[in-house]
Formats: sequence, C-alpha cells, structure tokens
Amino acid sequence: MTPQQQELRQTRNPVAVDIVGLNKWYGSFHVLRDVDLRIARGERIVIAGPSGSGKSTLLRCINRLEDWQEGSVVVDGVELTDDLKKIEDVRREVGMVFQQFNLFPHLTVMQNCTLAPIWVRHMPRKAAEDLARHYLERVQIPEQAGKYPSQLSGGQQQRVAIARALCMQPKIMLFDEPTSALDPEMIKEVLDTMVMLAEDGMTMAVVTHEMGFARQVANRVALMDAGQIIEMSEPARFFENPQHERTKLFLSQILR
Amino acid sequence: MSDTAPRAPKRPRVDPLYDPRVRAAVYQVLLLLLLLWLGYQVAVNVRANLVAQNIATGFGFFGITAGFGINQSLIPYQEADTYGRAFVVGLLNTLLVSAIGIVFATILGFIIGIARLSPNWLVARIAGGYVELIRNLPLLFQIMFWYVAVLSPLPAVRQSIGIGFQPLVQRLADGLAWLNFDLAKAAAGLVQRFAVWIGPPEVFLNNRGLIVPEPYFHSGAGIVCAALLAGIVATIAMRIWARRRLDATGQTFPVFWASIGLVVGLPLAALVVLGFPVGLVQPELRGFNFVGGIRLIPEFVALVLALTTYTAAFIAEVVRAGILSVSRGQTEAAAALGLPRKRVLNLVVVPQAMRVITPPLTNQYLNLTKNSTLAAAIGYPDLFSVFAGSTLNITGQAIEIIAITMAVYLTISLVTSLLMGWYNARIQLAERA
Ligand SMILES: Nc1ncnc2c1ncn2[C@@H]1O[C@H](COP(=O)(O)OP(=O)(O)OP(=O)(O)O)[C@@H](O)[C@H]1O
Ligand SMILES: [Mg+2]
Repeated sequence: MTPQQQELRQTRNPVAVDIVGLNKWYGSFHVLRDVDLRIARGERIVIAGPSGSGKSTLLRCINRLEDWQEGSVVVDGVELTDDLKKIEDVRREVGMVFQQFNLFPHLTVMQNCTLAPIWVRHMPRKAAEDLARHYLERVQIPEQAGKYPSQLSGGQQQRVAIARALCMQPKIMLFDEPTSALDPEMIKEVLDTMVMLAEDGMTMAVVTHEMGFARQVANRVALMDAGQIIEMSEPARFFENPQHERTKLFLSQILR
Repeated sequence: MSDTAPRAPKRPRVDPLYDPRVRAAVYQVLLLLLLLWLGYQVAVNVRANLVAQNIATGFGFFGITAGFGINQSLIPYQEADTYGRAFVVGLLNTLLVSAIGIVFATILGFIIGIARLSPNWLVARIAGGYVELIRNLPLLFQIMFWYVAVLSPLPAVRQSIGIGFQPLVQRLADGLAWLNFDLAKAAAGLVQRFAVWIGPPEVFLNNRGLIVPEPYFHSGAGIVCAALLAGIVATIAMRIWARRRLDATGQTFPVFWASIGLVVGLPLAALVVLGFPVGLVQPELRGFNFVGGIRLIPEFVALVLALTTYTAAFIAEVVRAGILSVSRGQTEAAAALGLPRKRVLNLVVVPQAMRVITPPLTNQYLNLTKNSTLAAAIGYPDLFSVFAGSTLNITGQAIEIIAITMAVYLTISLVTSLLMGWYNARIQLAERA
C-alpha cells in the first residue's frame, strides 16, 4: 500500500476497532455476551470490571489471541477470520502489553525490541536497533539495552515490553492490566509512560483498575460484568454520575 | 551505580564455632579423611587376596593370544589374535551400538515428545501410550523380547523377508489383480512393470540377522567426497552471508532449502557426472547365502532396537517437559508481535526449550551407553562382555580389567558430558544469579 492509499484509508476509516455482536463460549460457559464496541482512531478506552468478567478475553479477541463463535471484529478495516494471513496483518498493527510482561528471557532488551522489526518488518538490523534505542529512550531506560529481562525490575520490564510493542510502530495498543503485577512504587513509572503515549494520540484499549489513569486519559470508560459491557461513558459521567447499580457498587468497592 | 557505592566493610568477627565457612571446611576435611581411609582398606585387602590366589598382576596379558571367537568385529579378528585386539573389537562394538542408539533415540524421542503435545487426540494418545508402555518395562526384558520373540522366529535365509519399496509395490499389484475387472487388471499390469523397474528389495531380514546394502567406492569416489565437503563449506559461507544480509537489509533467505541444495545437490551432481563411482551393492540371494551387502547379527539388531525404543521414551518425556516449560505467555507475546507460527517456534520456543532439554538429554545419552552393557544377556560382543566377561574369566586379572573397563566407560561418559556441556553453554542465557 502506498502512503497515499494508506492516508486515504485512514481518512475514510476513522474506526480503529469495530466489534459487533461478539459472543464467545468456553464449553458451556458464556464468557462474552453480545458485546458491541467501537473504538475510533485516536480514542482511548479504559475497561474495568470485576475479576472473571471477560475483560482480558475481550481484549484478546482484538488481536485474535482468542477466537469466538459469533459476531465480527474488524480492526483497521480488516475483518478477522480464520485467515492466518489477515491475523498476522492485524497483529502487526496492534501492539499488546501483558500483565506478566512476557519478555523473551533468552534475549537482551535490545534483541527483544528488534526481533519483530527484523523478522516481521524485514528492517535492516542497524535501522531496527536505532528504532529500538529511540523507543527505549521514550520509556526512559536507554541504558538497559544490553541487559537480560531478569536483570531488570518489574517496572523496567514492563516499560521494555511497551517499547517492544512500539518498535512495530502499531496503530493500536492493547494493555491488559499492565500494572497489576507491579509494586506500588513502580506503577507510576509505567502509568507515566502510558500517559505519554496517550498524549501522542495513540489509539489505546486499556484494561485496568487504575481509576486515576482512567480519569486522566480515557475518552470513555466501560464497565464489564459477566461478559457484558454494562455501562460506557466519558470519565466525568462514569465516575460522578453512574447510571447502573452495578457500576455504583463496583466504584464504591474500588474507590472506597 | 557501583562506583558510587562505599567500599565493602570489613567482615565482623564471628565465633569460629558458628562461622559457616569454618564449619564447611571442617566437614569437607572429615569427609576426605573418611574416603582416604576406605580406599586404603580396599587396596590392602585386594592385594592380600591376590597374593593368596597366586594371580599375576600387570598388563602383560594384552599381548597373549585370546583364543576365543567374536561374532561381530569392525576390524579383522581371529581366535589367534591377542587380548589387546579383542579389547579394541569390544570397544568399537560398544561405541557403534551407543552412537547408533543415541542418534536414533534422539530422532524418535523428539518425534514422540512433540507428538504427545499434538492437538490431534489420536496422535497424542498413541505417543502417550508408547511412553507409558516402554518406560514401565525393564530394559533387560525388552532386549530379550526383541531377541527371542521377534528376531529368533524369523524364517531361514532362503525364505528371507524383503523390506523395501518393491515388495510393497508388488503387493499393490497383486491386490489390483485380485480385484479382477478390466481397469484394475490394466492398472495391475502397470504397477507390476513399475515393481520390476524398481528392482529387488534393499534390506532382508532372516534368523541370521539383517542384511543391508553395502556401499562401494570406485575410482572417482574421492571427487564425490570432495564435492560433499565443498557443499558443506559453501553452506557455512552461505549462512554467514545470509546472516549479514539479514542484518543489512532485513531480507530473509531460505537458508534451510539452500543448505539442502548445496549439501545434497553438489555431491549428487558429481555422482551423475562421474557415472556413480559411489553407490550401494544390493544384497542378492544365491543358493544358501547372500552375496553383497552387510550382515548385521541379530544380537546387534535386537540391542539397537531395544536401546533406541527404550531411551526414546525417556527422551520424549524430556522433550515434552522442555516444550511445556516455555509458558504460553511467551508464544502469545511472540504471536501478538505478528511473528508467523514458524518463527514463533524457532526464535522463541525452541531456544528456550533446548536450555531445559539439554542437561537431562545428556543423562539419557549416558544411560544408553551404560545400558549397552546389557548386551551380555544376548551375547552381543560389546566391551563389557568381551573384556570384563570372557577375558576376565580366562585370565583372572580382575584388578587390571575392572580398572580399565571402568576407565573406558568413565572416559566415554565424560567425553559425552563435555560435548553436551559445551553445547549447553552455547545456548544458556546470562541470568541474574
Ligand atoms: N481457557 C479457558 N477455558 C475456560 N474458561 C476460561 C478460559 N480462560 C478464561 N476462562 C474463564 O473466562 C472468564 C473470563 O476470563 P477473563 O480472563 O477474560 O477475565 P478477566 O475479566 O480478565 O478477569 P481478571 O480481572 O481476573 O483478569 C473467567 O471466568 C475465566 O475463568
Ligand atoms: Mg484479565
């Protein structure tokens, strides 16, 4: 695709993610019930909800780490089906950050960051390393490039994971509880990195219970319960004036 | 960071009775003294016994005529040859069985280990059944099973079972002919002609063993070997070049297929151009025996089969554990970056799994080598049965023979460990201690 075509598609297609009537079962257990979610380009969505409500599952459908039985997911104009080619195309444009970091322990920080640009984007190593250095600087750990993940603190590891995803220069970033495995003093450094990304206009879908972060950067906040999006509104309304009893209960539990 | 840290303070004094370093040293000295005393006691006793039994000491027996036959030897050997030569024959037989066993057990083990993780229910169950059956039966029993129950009842030489493509194709032709309608009969005729064109089977099985084709080397064979060598060198050069190109341009190169092309293609071209100076002589039944081909004795076949299938079951478990040790998060993170499945496996899963697999894999190699001494049970002439068996019985020189046998197995094991340790060091990662 030429840059012109790409631009054309972007202007024509302001929708980054379009989920319609999504239903998923694990055996007889109904994890996702008729989920509809549309994320606009540049929009930042925070998804909250009790444990086991299907937040991770929903997020993982966006890059097809999970498949589903009913409904459709269109990412950046590409409908996700069993077609492996399309799945790989979408994953290239969608970065993901996991709760457990999932850095590759046998590779250095630098190699973690350059692996996909080299093997997927076919970048020359030199260019990939320059790119990696750029993003490691953005997440403020340029001096750790030669270390192995196990030699870093949790907060540093999660920032490397963010840099690794950014090195693919994705259009959309997914975060699945990126700070839940971190000690309190490290949460802030990771959240700061995410705020910075948001300020750059990245399209983001974030599963988190960090309500301060949601208030600060989210365009919309969603509450999930038992596989459904119960309530979704802009942060002010969501926190100040929730419509559903379930949301009020959840907020009272989490904000205390 | 460390340059700003203050210098390490002096260790505060500790009562020696409670100092862990002093304690460790004391225990080690005590253990060493105990071992020395034990060794001394053994030596004194053995010497007294030998003197009492009037047995010669020293290594002079190596030059004496052995006087017993050996039913498989890689170097020429007759009864009139010395114990020294018998020793070498036994050693080579042990090395042969171990090397072949290790290669096949590794291949079979990896296949079964991976099959056990297959999403295909039937494949996974069959692999699981194999492992459970094989690893729960004694190895000695399995050796006897192959030797007594499978190989002994095989037909005599004249009724040898041919293994190869031709018998299969022949059977297909027979089957088609049996269908007995026009189209099938026409097809049967075609297949029959194809069977004739393929020629006789390559491998024969009978109660005297396994007869396999024998390689021949005519003049010009050297050039073919040179071509093979050139292919290997070219492959290494090509891999370095591909690596550089990947670094420079990010373009991948089909290294695997190019390697095969070079390593197989070059010698093949040389073969054709030179009119096949290297090839295989097909064994052929003439009268009561086979002409051409190499005969592998049943003892050898049974031992290799048993050691291979037995060790493969354990290697399969090692491989399975290694692959399972790589968490799902790793695969998911790699897939989420857009890496194709093949790259996820060979860039992320396999390198991590191999770190876990190598040390226990080394153990399995050592076990296989040591287990090869069970050859004695079926009369395969390995080092143990030739040397620590026949030779020891006749000469009675227990100390020397046991010491040498011990030294040989120890050396084989240490060399194996060293090689695997070197490989392991290459793939280990630096981690925080
Ligand atoms: N592979 C699976 N097989 C069966 N059930 C599963 C599987 N994965 C998840 N589930 C179930 O699906 C439900 C939703 O899981 P999910 O991980 O999406 O929840 P979540 O909202 O992310 O919860 P948490 O806040 O604990 O991460 C849970 O009840 C979980 O037990
Ligand atoms: Mg979750």
